[in-house]
Amino acid sequence: MQPPSAPAAEANPPTPPPSRQREFWSGAKDELPILLGVAPFGVIFGALAMGAGLSMAAAQAMSSVIFAGSAQFIAVQLIHGGASAVVILTVVFVVNLRHALYSASLAPYLQHLTPAWKTLLSYLLTDEAYAVTVMRFQRGRESPQRHWYFLGAGLTLWLCWQISTAVGILIGDLLPKNLPLSFALPLTFIALVAPALKGRAEIVAAAVAALAGLLTISFPYKTGILLAALAGILAGMAVEAQRK
Amino acid sequence: MNIWITIAIAGLLTFCIRYSFIFLLGRAKMPAWLERALYFVPITALSAIILPEVAQHGGTLQLSPRNPQIGAALLAGLVALRTKNVVWSIAVGMAALLVLEALL
Repeated sequence: MQPPSAPAAEANPPTPPPSRQREFWSGAKDELPILLGVAPFGVIFGALAMGAGLSMAAAQAMSSVIFAGSAQFIAVQLIHGGASAVVILTVVFVVNLRHALYSASLAPYLQHLTPAWKTLLSYLLTDEAYAVTVMRFQRGRESPQRHWYFLGAGLTLWLCWQISTAVGILIGDLLPKNLPLSFALPLTFIALVAPALKGRAEIVAAAVAALAGLLTISFPYKTGILLAALAGILAGMAVEAQRK
Repeated sequence: MNIWITIAIAGLLTFCIRYSFIFLLGRAKMPAWLERALYFVPITALSAIILPEVAQHGGTLQLSPRNPQIGAALLAGLVALRTKNVVWSIAVGMAALLVLEALL
């Protein structure tokens, strides 16, 4: 923290905060490695949606309107199985409930934005865009234009998801199943989390959440992730409280 | 219900969840405890996704050194700690996975 308007600042001016363009492209660039794990899922989704009997337009619309990988996979399976709309919508809601946690986590950084910005960024708030963006917001330097970083990361992922879905719709049945590339996704999350484990509270929080995630692995519709994250948060806060 | 209406409502529900706190928390000052809780969200949510993904191999839960994903994940974590570089971590993790899958 530097004192505001210190006289020495004139002799040694601070570097100006990054411009909109810089923030946007740096977000887009940081999102690129994740695409390695996302693109195969998009292709598989497109192929699966075709196999479940959806029209090409409906399959693509799921990726652009819902824009939530796990929920789309489960919804397609339910549609294929002839589930009612109420069941499908309930499941989509529950599967995506973990995004409320992301919404709360990013909210403080987006408070100053216009409703239009908040709407756009909320639409782009996926696991993958969140992971990259929140690490930048928590650890990177303050910058008045950093919502452009979120936009860059979010749009990059969005574009990848739309294109890979289209590829899956068109030629999905020609591609081999079970690509080991799907492992790139957990690897990316590992690469983002590991450097953030700076102290005892962080390590305990991560360990409790990971173990709770494993214990709740059989919970339906990804509700385990939500519960495990809450357990980890409580554990991390308990460690912090103890130290005071 | 028509598939198109279902997709539209599903999209709206998803959006509302994502917009929820971004909309609500813009209106009030956040208490300090909530700020601390939110600080832990990325670490815990991602950890809760990572371990189950790594532990499941070939469709079954496999918590042993014979699961090549565990070794690959540990190695990627070490690289991430040392380099803080996402691309390197993924590259080393994927290479380790391929090698371990061939060996184990």
